[in-house]
Amino acid sequence: METPRSLSFPRASLSNKDKRANRMSTSSIRAGSPAVHTTSGPSSVQGEHRRKNRIGLAMLSPSVLVLLIWMAVPLAMTIYFSLIRYNLLYPGDNEFVGLENYYYFLTDAGFTSGALNTLWLVGSVLLISVIAGVLIAVLVDNAFWGRGIVRVMLISPFFIMPTVSALVWKNLLLHPVSGVFAAVWRFFGATPIDWFSEYPLGAIIMIVSWQWIPFAVLILMTAMQSLDQEQKDAARLDGAGPINVFIHITLPHLARPIAVVVMIETIFLLSIFAEIFTTTGGGPGYETTNLAFLIYTQALLQFDVGMASSGGLIAVVIANIAAFLLIRMIGKNLTDKS
Amino acid sequence: MSDLKIRNLKKVFEGLEIIKGVNLDINDHEFVVFVGPSGCGKSTLLRLIAGLEEVTSGSIYLDDREITDLAPAKRDLAMVFQSYALYPHKTVRKNMSFALDLAGVDKAVIDQKVNDAARILELDHLLDRKPKALSGGQRQRVAIGRAIVRQPKVFLFDEPLSNLDAALRVQMRLELARLHQELNATMIYVTHDQVEAMTLADKVVVLNGGRIEQVGSPLELYHYPVNQFVAGFIGTPKMAFLKARVKGASPHSVSLTLECGPEYTLELDGSQLNVGEEVTLGVRPEHIQVTQSADSPFKVHLDVAEHLGADTYCYVKASTGETLTVRAPGDFEPGLGDQVGLQPDLARCHLFDGQGVAIPKPGAPAQAA
Repeated sequence: METPRSLSFPRASLSNKDKRANRMSTSSIRAGSPAVHTTSGPSSVQGEHRRKNRIGLAMLSPSVLVLLIWMAVPLAMTIYFSLIRYNLLYPGDNEFVGLENYYYFLTDAGFTSGALNTLWLVGSVLLISVIAGVLIAVLVDNAFWGRGIVRVMLISPFFIMPTVSALVWKNLLLHPVSGVFAAVWRFFGATPIDWFSEYPLGAIIMIVSWQWIPFAVLILMTAMQSLDQEQKDAARLDGAGPINVFIHITLPHLARPIAVVVMIETIFLLSIFAEIFTTTGGGPGYETTNLAFLIYTQALLQFDVGMASSGGLIAVVIANIAAFLLIRMIGKNLTDKS
Repeated sequence: MSDLKIRNLKKVFEGLEIIKGVNLDINDHEFVVFVGPSGCGKSTLLRLIAGLEEVTSGSIYLDDREITDLAPAKRDLAMVFQSYALYPHKTVRKNMSFALDLAGVDKAVIDQKVNDAARILELDHLLDRKPKALSGGQRQRVAIGRAIVRQPKVFLFDEPLSNLDAALRVQMRLELARLHQELNATMIYVTHDQVEAMTLADKVVVLNGGRIEQVGSPLELYHYPVNQFVAGFIGTPKMAFLKARVKGASPHSVSLTLECGPEYTLELDGSQLNVGEEVTLGVRPEHIQVTQSADSPFKVHLDVAEHLGADTYCYVKASTGETLTVRAPGDFEPGLGDQVGLQPDLARCHLFDGQGVAIPKPGAPAQAA
């Protein structure tokens, strides 16, 4: 029962839903077809139609089955575990306890702060990475000497493993004695800040933002290249200065890629784990514990598989709510054809 | 009043001279067309006038006010772009009012102007649509409307019809001509399509390699091209050029021997030519006739024939390998590979000296160099 697994469920269950929708639409077509054919088509056409449909379903079934097993089995196991008393320290009686695990998880001291921290983390990293991403993308869009190298360097943090970057930030940058930040603070005569004890969540947000700004830059930078130069020229002739061009031309052009960035980042930011594990270990107290980390502590520090499973399912529900809201908010913008 | 004067304008881009010293006067209410092959600098010249490119040297005046270094928006010009460059997320109304909105014009005045422009362009019922819901021709009209709303002194068009299909292009061409009449405005129009140039322009400016080759009315360019480039560029199909040698020259006539055989005498001022000098004879397809092979000194082989219905264009090859295009009647049935004779209309032939400069024809208007 490892945490990242259960937290990867939001995506899995989403695609599961898609699959279901797909299957429903196929079956509805099949259900609809006889009605069409009784009025007009000869039976041979109808038979062929049915045969084609059957072949289609046969071709589809292996992947549907694999996906179903892939998702349904772990999901079923998680649901089962969440309903029994199952602690690895007390092997033996795994009796059925109903929703007790859920009750304990939701009333756990860590739950409220875990949920709030998740919100804070996702919200602020999204805000920082989108704003910085837009500004950097617009800046880098202008021609200057060495632009190619700058672009590569801007994107490179994205390729560093979360664990490694968290370690680099912890030991080389934010360390209160030997860190670069501390050296800068001392250079200006200020007292170095012990980031992980004074602003633990802020420090985590800083690290995660550093990792995700490149992603926003990458997407938005490429989007900038498809901005019609003649539109900018037209706006200039219409009397728009750089700021008005940015507001009226560039930002609307970037609306869609920004939506993509927000959607994708949200999915990944909900399950941030390595950065917290490597730097603060969720502390001090519950100050940097998000839901993913809370589930981890339940499962692998307290060995309470039942409670961790219920936590995982609660996280799935929360992630699905977030996904639903996001798709309602932004998805419409994405499917809009232009 | 809106006179545009361009004086000795140059544009250097990464060490490459794109506009090599252009002088041009554009008068009030004139429809001026810049035409030339791709890469001749016509679009660059338009962008220099618009202020979208920085001028390297020289100056531009609009009504005696120097606008060379003025911001594009302050020049009293409006431009219609090749891609229309409509703002995709704004409605047609907002697209058209954008410049006025930015300038902080009174709301009622904006509405008035937008509605007026929409009426002229028949866009009334489309004002609340987004550009993506419009057809190509409608987008084109919105782009023009955006220019009209600003009531500029000069309209600039950058190949505005090149993205439209052939039928729509003809229709928009007529509408542009009508618009020019209606607005009575000065318009500068860039195109590589000489049909647009010939049909729309009061004045055509032929550009080549960053220089002006000739300025004149469409018919002036057609009848009196100043050099071989203009002669070859104006007119479809292209004028044919035949190598020849001067046999005798006097102030009233020039006699020559074509490399492919025949000898002709043209009524031109030959005082600048020397006997034996190499010259080029230019003949348009419409000024040459197919005759019976036996009695013509100019014998050619028929290569390809294109039947257009009203006319048949015959592509023929002379004995020297030079090719000519001949316009024949629509019912002309050539046998491919046949030998036929040609009879050029000598009064309408053009003669160019070794440098490709035209020998002036009688009646030619004086060219301001």
